[in-house]
Amino acid sequence: MTVIANILIVAAISIGTIFVLVTAIGLIRLPDAFSRAHAASKSATLGVMCILLGVFFHFWLNEGNFNSRILLGILFLFVTGPVGGHMMGRAAYLSGVKLWDKTVRDDLAEALKKKRERRK
Amino acid sequence: MKTNDLIIQTTTKLVFFIIFLFSIHIFFAGHYTPGGGFVGGLLMSSAIVLLLLAFDLKTVKEMLPVNYTVVTAIGLLISIATAAGSIFFNVPFFTHVYDYFNIPLLGKTSIHTAMFFDTGVYLVVVGVTMTIIQMIGGDE
Repeated sequence: MTVIANILIVAAISIGTIFVLVTAIGLIRLPDAFSRAHAASKSATLGVMCILLGVFFHFWLNEGNFNSRILLGILFLFVTGPVGGHMMGRAAYLSGVKLWDKTVRDDLAEALKKKRERRK
Repeated sequence: MKTNDLIIQTTTKLVFFIIFLFSIHIFFAGHYTPGGGFVGGLLMSSAIVLLLLAFDLKTVKEMLPVNYTVVTAIGLLISIATAAGSIFFNVPFFTHVYDYFNIPLLGKTSIHTAMFFDTGVYLVVVGVTMTIIQMIGGDE
């Protein structure tokens, strides 16, 4: 039982750490603000959720302490992480941050143009 | 231009209750685990600040028609009354007592007067934080 529990815990925390590392590499290597926001909001959220799940299993299976605050933290991160990424990306777009020069498609620009014309 | 903030408003409606419940939990757990009135009050005011960010000042005032200066005053009164209550029993100022009571829904519960003092701290922290933020935020 302890071996299975430890394998579960080590796997969850290792996967989480790898995802956080991927986030850091993505923040350095990706070209513009929007692809960086994409890297930061998705894989960092999943990585931290995996680490929290590992911590939860450690305290539950090894120490016998069911800590519901960690589960609440996982739910909270799952809801708020992507919304934070969305808000930052939207604020960057609306304040005029340039897209990457190899971008081929920009639907929000057309929508904004139509909206401005309708207001006139 | 009217901005499209449907996503943050919907998320706020969910997340507000998580933060609110967690602040109540932190407040009641303060006697045996980390937490207490100060942290609970700060969490509560951060939940209201999240509402202020997602909606505007007028909507939040309609949602929670509370005068935060009065909240601060009530909190201070509760704290002082808890501390001064010991005078009537001929013991030093700020002496705390506890006892067990049978409350209908909760069963046998230990009630400590430090909890009432903490309630005062909670209300003062919520009141002061929200007063500062509303004073800075409102410019009409």
